[in-house]
Amino acid sequence: MGLTAVFFYLFAAVTVMSGLLVIVARNPVHAVLWLILAFFNAAGLFVLLGAEFLAMILVVVYVGAVAVLFLFVVMMLDVDFASLRAGFIRHASVGALVGLVLLVELIMVLTSRLIGGASIVATKAAQVPQTVPNLTNTEAIGRLLYTQYVYFFQAAGLILLVAMIGAIVLTLRHKEGVRRQSVSVQNARTPAMAVEVVKLAPGQVIVPSGERRA
Amino acid sequence: MFPTTFETWWDYALWLALTVGASLLLMVSLLVIIAFLLLMDRKVWAAVQLRRGPNVVGPFGLLQSFADLLKFVLKEPVIPAGADKGVFLLAPLVTTVLALAAWAVIPVGDGIVISDLNVGILYLLAISSLGVYGILMGGWASNSKYPFLGALRSAAQMVSYEVSIGFVIITVLLLVGSLNMSAIVMSQKSGIGTSLGLPSSFLDWNWLVLFPMFVVFFISALAETNRPPFDLPEAESELVAGFMVEYSSTPYLLFMLGEYVAIVTMCALTTIMFLGGWLPPVDFWLLNWIPGPIWFLLKVTFVFFMFAMVKAMVPRYRYDQLMRLGWKVFLPLSLAMVVAVAAILHFGGLAP
Repeated sequence: MGLTAVFFYLFAAVTVMSGLLVIVARNPVHAVLWLILAFFNAAGLFVLLGAEFLAMILVVVYVGAVAVLFLFVVMMLDVDFASLRAGFIRHASVGALVGLVLLVELIMVLTSRLIGGASIVATKAAQVPQTVPNLTNTEAIGRLLYTQYVYFFQAAGLILLVAMIGAIVLTLRHKEGVRRQSVSVQNARTPAMAVEVVKLAPGQVIVPSGERRA
Repeated sequence: MFPTTFETWWDYALWLALTVGASLLLMVSLLVIIAFLLLMDRKVWAAVQLRRGPNVVGPFGLLQSFADLLKFVLKEPVIPAGADKGVFLLAPLVTTVLALAAWAVIPVGDGIVISDLNVGILYLLAISSLGVYGILMGGWASNSKYPFLGALRSAAQMVSYEVSIGFVIITVLLLVGSLNMSAIVMSQKSGIGTSLGLPSSFLDWNWLVLFPMFVVFFISALAETNRPPFDLPEAESELVAGFMVEYSSTPYLLFMLGEYVAIVTMCALTTIMFLGGWLPPVDFWLLNWIPGPIWFLLKVTFVFFMFAMVKAMVPRYRYDQLMRLGWKVFLPLSLAMVVAVAAILHFGGLAP
């Protein structure tokens, strides 16, 4: 257990520290980079818990895709730091209120577990049917997700689909006059369609016919 | 080989020493092999263009890569005045360390692997999806136009092609029934060939039964590692050297090294998923006598040769063509393949 404890404290310390630096960092790009480090160490904590599938999915989905988009957007934003700091005092009271509510809620959850015995966070989870001995993590999640929770799983998928279509509908613009490449049209072109041989008398000038050629 | 129970401090020390030793051995041999693969890359490229390629340092130019290493290390590292110093220097380190970390789960022979993770292939997918950070950080921290454009192109490109790589991996996993890299190789001992009554051979490997996916994976691997014809992030005719413009000396060397390690990792992944890993091409005593790592190396070199030939022969894609190929061709194709393979395995009663 000694080695596990060492790694736990390593991952936990780095996670907490980088979580703090996310909100303290002045440069938003640095904040996102710290956030990525926090995700990565959280994945390390999952591995220590024996949830290696969750750890890898966390890295693939959050670090590999979501945080890349975060970074992408933050890098392209031209953030004006002076105006951000000017509004700090005005928004500080609201921020403090939200923080206070969260803190009270956290204290209530933690103390209920300590005092009441039956914690409000410990809801009964479904057990994996132990038909096969030595079931790995991945198989256990798969068995639960596709049997007991299959409707929830499908519902989550539908919600994501609706969200995706909504985002596309909101942002898709069909611009007029954009010349797009059409591979089939290009391949279907023959010399007879594309080239015109014209005999010119000396001094004669050709006015191109209406079509604009790229 | 590794102790599995830890009772005294001696077990920890032994485990630590063995792990560090094995990792060092793998890393050093990997880097030496990459030095020669890099030379091979340049030689193949030169041969296609009827040139000789590097031929001055050592016999047949064999020591060219080591001369390049010395040159890079002895140069002066220049950090631009407007650069974000910390992130600027961190970026090449991230690239190289992540690229090397992927090799922790790659089995080069039967049981010859540093960590035989039961989610090995997911680990590889995760690590290769992190590779984009080195490039993004480098491009942003340089505080310059061309590197930034290169980094943005690279991020979009790598995220796009990861999707199709993920689906290809899923089809292979459906066939194998395990996320473990060694299990993926061992499952290729039997397949189409053995079901026809032939001895275990290269006909059993996944490249035949999943041929369309093999092609999709090969092309996506080229895009994922920014190899030509998808080397838009460092397109020298448009962006000078893309995200590497401001880099010099050792940081540049680390970027270059990380890129080549990632390429060889992709070659190794192709070998493991489609070309039977360390298995000999035919189950025959003379071929079985040759050790597995040699077969693995030969197959990786073969895939790398194909990468080099593509670089030499295919012109660079335009950005919109790249995105069209990724999202409109490979994504529907690989998604349809996942559904088809799952349906055949389920209704054919072939699921592992």
